[in-house]
Amino acid sequence: MHTKGYLVLENGQIFSGNIFGAHKKTFGELIFNTSMTGYQEITYDPSYKGQIVVMTYPLIGNYGTNKEDVESYKIHLEGFVVKELSKNPSNWQADISLEELFKKNNVTGIENIDTRKLTLILREQGALKAGIFPADENNFKNMIQETINSPSIVGKDIVKKVIKKEPYWWSKTGKYKVLVIDCGVKYNILQLLAKQNFAVRVIPADYPYQEIIKEKPDGILISNGPGDPQPLDYLVQTLSNLIERYPVFGICLGQQILGMVFGGKIYKLKFGHHGANHPTKTLKTGKIDITVQNHGFCVDINSLKDPNCEITHINLNDGTMEGFRHKKYPAFSVQFHPEASPGPHDANYIFNEFWTMICQKEKT
Amino acid sequence: MAKKSVVILGGGPNRIGQGIEFDYCCVHASMALKEEDYESIMVNCNPETVSTDYDTSTRLYFEPLTIEDVFNIIEYENPLGIIVQFGGQTPLNLAIPLQNRGVKILGTSPDAIDIAEDRERFRVLINKLNIKQSPSGTAISLEQAVTIAQRIGYPVLVRPSYVLGGRAMEIVYDDSGLKEFMEKAIEISEEKPILIDKFLEDAIEIDVDAVCDGKTCIIGGLMEHIEEAGIHSGDSAMVLPAYSLASNIIKEIKEITRKISLTLEVKGLINIQFAVKNKDIYIIEVNPRASRTIPFISKSIGVPLAKLATKIMIGKTLKDLHFTREIIPKYFCVKESVFPFNRFPGVDVILGPEMKSTGEVMGIDTSFEMAYAKSQLAAGQNLPFSGKIFISVKDKDKPVIYSIASQFQKIGFEILTSSGTGQFLKKKGMDVVIIPKIYEGRPNIVDYIKNNEISLIINTPSGKKPRKDIVSIRTIAVERGISLVTTIPGAKATLLAIKKLKEEKVKIKSLQQYYKI
Amino acid sequence: MPKRKDINRILLIGSGPIIIGQACEFDYSGSQACKALREEGYKVILINSNPATIMTDPEMADITYIEPLIPEVVAGIIKKEKPDALLPTMGGQTALNLTVKLSQMGVLTKYKVHLIGANINAIKKAEDRQLFKSAMIDIGLNVPKSGVAYTLEESLKISSEIGFPIILRPSFTLGGTGGAIVYNIDELKESISKAFDLSLNHEILLEQSVIGWKEFELEVMRDKKDNVVIICSIENFDPMGIHTGDSITVAPAQTLTDKEYQNMRDAAIKIIREVGVETGGSNIQFAINPQNGEMVVIEMNPRVSRSSALASKATGFPIAKIAAKLAIGYTLDEIPNDITKKTPACFEPTIDYCVVKIPKFNFEKFPKSKPCLNTSMKSVGEIMSIGRTFKEALQKGIRSLESGYCGLEEKKLNMELESGLKNPIPERLFYIREAFKKGYSINKIYQITFIDPWFLYNLKEIFDTEIEIQKYKNSEIPMELFKKAKEYGFSDKHIAKILGQKEENIYNLRKKYNIKVEYKMVDTCAGEFEAQTPYYYSTYEQNSIIEETK
Repeated sequence: MHTKGYLVLENGQIFSGNIFGAHKKTFGELIFNTSMTGYQEITYDPSYKGQIVVMTYPLIGNYGTNKEDVESYKIHLEGFVVKELSKNPSNWQADISLEELFKKNNVTGIENIDTRKLTLILREQGALKAGIFPADENNFKNMIQETINSPSIVGKDIVKKVIKKEPYWWSKTGKYKVLVIDCGVKYNILQLLAKQNFAVRVIPADYPYQEIIKEKPDGILISNGPGDPQPLDYLVQTLSNLIERYPVFGICLGQQILGMVFGGKIYKLKFGHHGANHPTKTLKTGKIDITVQNHGFCVDINSLKDPNCEITHINLNDGTMEGFRHKKYPAFSVQFHPEASPGPHDANYIFNEFWTMICQKEKT
Repeated sequence: MAKKSVVILGGGPNRIGQGIEFDYCCVHASMALKEEDYESIMVNCNPETVSTDYDTSTRLYFEPLTIEDVFNIIEYENPLGIIVQFGGQTPLNLAIPLQNRGVKILGTSPDAIDIAEDRERFRVLINKLNIKQSPSGTAISLEQAVTIAQRIGYPVLVRPSYVLGGRAMEIVYDDSGLKEFMEKAIEISEEKPILIDKFLEDAIEIDVDAVCDGKTCIIGGLMEHIEEAGIHSGDSAMVLPAYSLASNIIKEIKEITRKISLTLEVKGLINIQFAVKNKDIYIIEVNPRASRTIPFISKSIGVPLAKLATKIMIGKTLKDLHFTREIIPKYFCVKESVFPFNRFPGVDVILGPEMKSTGEVMGIDTSFEMAYAKSQLAAGQNLPFSGKIFISVKDKDKPVIYSIASQFQKIGFEILTSSGTGQFLKKKGMDVVIIPKIYEGRPNIVDYIKNNEISLIINTPSGKKPRKDIVSIRTIAVERGISLVTTIPGAKATLLAIKKLKEEKVKIKSLQQYYKI
Repeated sequence: MPKRKDINRILLIGSGPIIIGQACEFDYSGSQACKALREEGYKVILINSNPATIMTDPEMADITYIEPLIPEVVAGIIKKEKPDALLPTMGGQTALNLTVKLSQMGVLTKYKVHLIGANINAIKKAEDRQLFKSAMIDIGLNVPKSGVAYTLEESLKISSEIGFPIILRPSFTLGGTGGAIVYNIDELKESISKAFDLSLNHEILLEQSVIGWKEFELEVMRDKKDNVVIICSIENFDPMGIHTGDSITVAPAQTLTDKEYQNMRDAAIKIIREVGVETGGSNIQFAINPQNGEMVVIEMNPRVSRSSALASKATGFPIAKIAAKLAIGYTLDEIPNDITKKTPACFEPTIDYCVVKIPKFNFEKFPKSKPCLNTSMKSVGEIMSIGRTFKEALQKGIRSLESGYCGLEEKKLNMELESGLKNPIPERLFYIREAFKKGYSINKIYQITFIDPWFLYNLKEIFDTEIEIQKYKNSEIPMELFKKAKEYGFSDKHIAKILGQKEENIYNLRKKYNIKVEYKMVDTCAGEFEAQTPYYYSTYEQNSIIEETK
């Protein structure tokens, strides 16, 4: 039997539901994700640190969880909100249910929530702070106050909360060596790099650039990660020092950092892009890819004034910037997730472009 | 200020007896409401339809058509009223319960619908208007049924009350047939009685659809069935305008139609079925709602009747709508039905009072023969120009088949027959080849069919239980895609069509061109 | 890419009369296509023999022919009307078959008619089993083991190679006509001649049976710039072995991990490219081995289909309309999403509800036929229902059928329980309910039916709720349970039946408890963007906002 619980929004709205996973209260920025599959990958994505995720698809947990579909070493999101959690998952790969996984990871979820109503609130009002409370607390006023007082992710460095402190090898063999600056990297980025025949070494976000140079990389990937890029000056600094020497490829938060290196301004989207159906246009070819996206912040498309910066991709839904490249340096980045997982593989080819870029650099 | 809104109840899932025609009508209702600046609110649960397209109506509710689900929507939307005439039986069944909950039913009153559907109330009306009905009775037991049948005389048409598509309707020829029917039927209709009508053998059946504003009634179309009465109107071929009826009969039928419509104060559409035997006109049934022939007639005459009916329901008159005179096309339109027998191997393919067709096609031409030919081609029936025709008919049909067979022979067909039919034709002096039925020796008719030697089969079923071997001739013919005609009028029309096709090529003309004729 | 200027007059072929396997979904697609093409200023010439359609309304096309759909007549129309292009993908198999014939007759070349939407090679590659199979193997996808036979001898030889049970599939037929499952040589011999007859080119595919595997469909669209999107995934409740037109189906797919789904999506994109459907929609069917996730490709329809009508209604994405616009040269990013208006049609709909389709049968009309389902379609219609959960959608679906059921209720069953479960008959749902009542485990039912345990578990939850409700026969059903029942899609009538009460009483109690129905919108985007097109379904959500304090 599940215990009752509440989802409390900072605007004072309260939803009641049933708690699953850890029986404890939790806070975070409430955002919605429109992917219909891939809940396990989503829960493991470090970029959700500091956030409570609402799944718009109402039936979650149907195929359970398994040991393969993990995107990092643990569940990172602060809380999970669903309409109906499947108590009886069915899939040949299924290991344990989502509920058990949450218990194991000591993470709180809440089900039986009108997630559509919640989504419409977020669409109208933008991302909100929220808290999930088991029902042993029932003073709504206090709960609302606690939610209002909970920390915001804006202006905070939460990258350091999700990354491994020490460098490590993901795969030692490969034609070129790529250093992945870990801001909360998803495993599938590392896997696709390895598949591309890169030797992959992961270094923490705050790794000094001098040390990076000592590593003698052939290329650098700056990864996705959680939260607001604006407090991450050290990353901007590191990258500025590397940009002339090495081919650089940025993904998601990585694009925001690269954007800042070239003078781009960051702003917060109303409710972000979190889903697996975002049409992204490659401006050079006019071709559209259905991409996976997960970001609340973004580089202002009009702020990249550096004439050497060329916008390469835009989002067809709202015209936001999805990718740019530098004309002088071998550097490019994308706001979407070419590694997918979960989501369509349309943009996997971007890893190939990184490879090509390194090959070309090699030749010169 | 919010616009006035009207809820249209759709037809639910397609089934035999309630198909695309009703979707057509619902879509027209929605168009009409929009034209009159009303909000149209569609309720339906059939994903195959145009009515559930997102831009057909002002608002679409993809919901079950039950009292609960529909009433929830009505409470939420608070419409001016609801339209139940267009979705077939489904919304009609909801009309009275919804009215009892205070919902306003637009158009013809549910009471008028009840008069038409309630046997006794209907009889009172018919008597008052001095209209003939074939003798009948109702029974709730076998004894009662037998008494009635014996009184009015076999064959009788039996059916449970309140059904669409002739569900469980049968023609029975004797006490034992009646007994069998009663055993099956009780299950279907529970407390509702069994209806027993004298079956009018060899009568011509007529369908009339009309539109009425309560004060004026204009005939939409009068369709003469090709097949004789007794075959469900949804399964018969029909022609508009009538091709063989005397003009005084036509006139009288139209007059009766108007009388009934005005008496029932129909606001919207009405369909009436008649049978004509020995110049007497009998009324078969009255349906004060859109019938499945509405789209066919609308295409034939170029007037969207369902739209007009909708506008009447929201207060317009026929005069307002400039539809004040019946349109009789100067060309022939034939509706033919299409059957799913190939999906149900072994099932006998003969037609009867229970509807079996899934769809229909239309053939249009300036001559009846060509229009009929086109309808057959459209229905997937091959019309051979030469080859062997196998003929086997019941005794009663033998005199008529002679002229048909000899004409086929004259235009180059070889005639094969069963022994009975063959002997009759030989006596008449025709040169025919008699071939054995299935259990009578080899090569038999089935061998001929399988060797692709037969190009057309004319086989009329004897009234009572068909023999097994006859059934298999028919089913094999269907499986093999060989043209099969099971009625005498059908055989006549087929003959005319083949003759016509041999004389001239199929000419094509667009609907828009026909309307200009 | 702008629309084509080199064509002006477009011939559209309808699907003819309503038959099993080809119903009014093609009126829907044809009408949408008419509107879409005329909106762009093209002159539409339409032919269809079916007068009961909206598409043959004289206002729908510029020129309307209600004439027989036979090659000679269509050729005559082409000769007379001189269309620049022919759009063959809106009229089901009838239109495709006619188009192939017209092409063979040389009519299209003679009158310089461009095929738009699908070219002859693509039609052939998708429709000819052998070509399709080898195309799949070329692109590295698995297909069931099979062989093509033109004679009985050939079919016996192939059967010994692939082993029984075997599925017989005649080429170029409608809705799987003549398809059959055979379990031994005698049955093979019995069914084969009929199958040969039904195939337009006297060709049959004998195929390894994947009966009991999970069945899925994807609706795919492609534009001429090679952008490909998946509109909807569909999972069959009934496993392989039953024609998809006769199966209960659910959208979106429920029991695939993201990796499995993306693998299927990748395959679908490869397939539409390989087959060469340059613009428009296709329906692709897959089977997945529930034991190890092995995926095989079953078949493809290079046109709009019954499933695409369902997918359109299930997601709000108008496949036929968009397919028509793609056929005249637009690309997906140039067409707005009609529902949101602001975002383009180049995206993949995401939904926040569950859709169930249930077929409607009319076996009672054909008293001598066995109400048994197989690979030859038998249903005459279908319903779709939408709910926030599978349970709600399923129960709404059951009562939409108008077959005398008001939900997953107690019914008198005519067959032994086990045979009712084993035979994929239309009433199988009610046998499953009975099995729960008799204490069968989900696993046991799965072993008999091969219906995925996820679905069975949901049915069990409905059944358990019924049992809970039963306890209140002599007292008032408590509010919490009432709410739960409504969330699980129980109708007032069903609750009333369980409690032996009148429907009215339950309605009144619902009012007393203030349990309110809500209408939620179908908007293609799960609420992410504001939608303009009002298209709703009802649902009950008990745990809405409980408090608002500012």
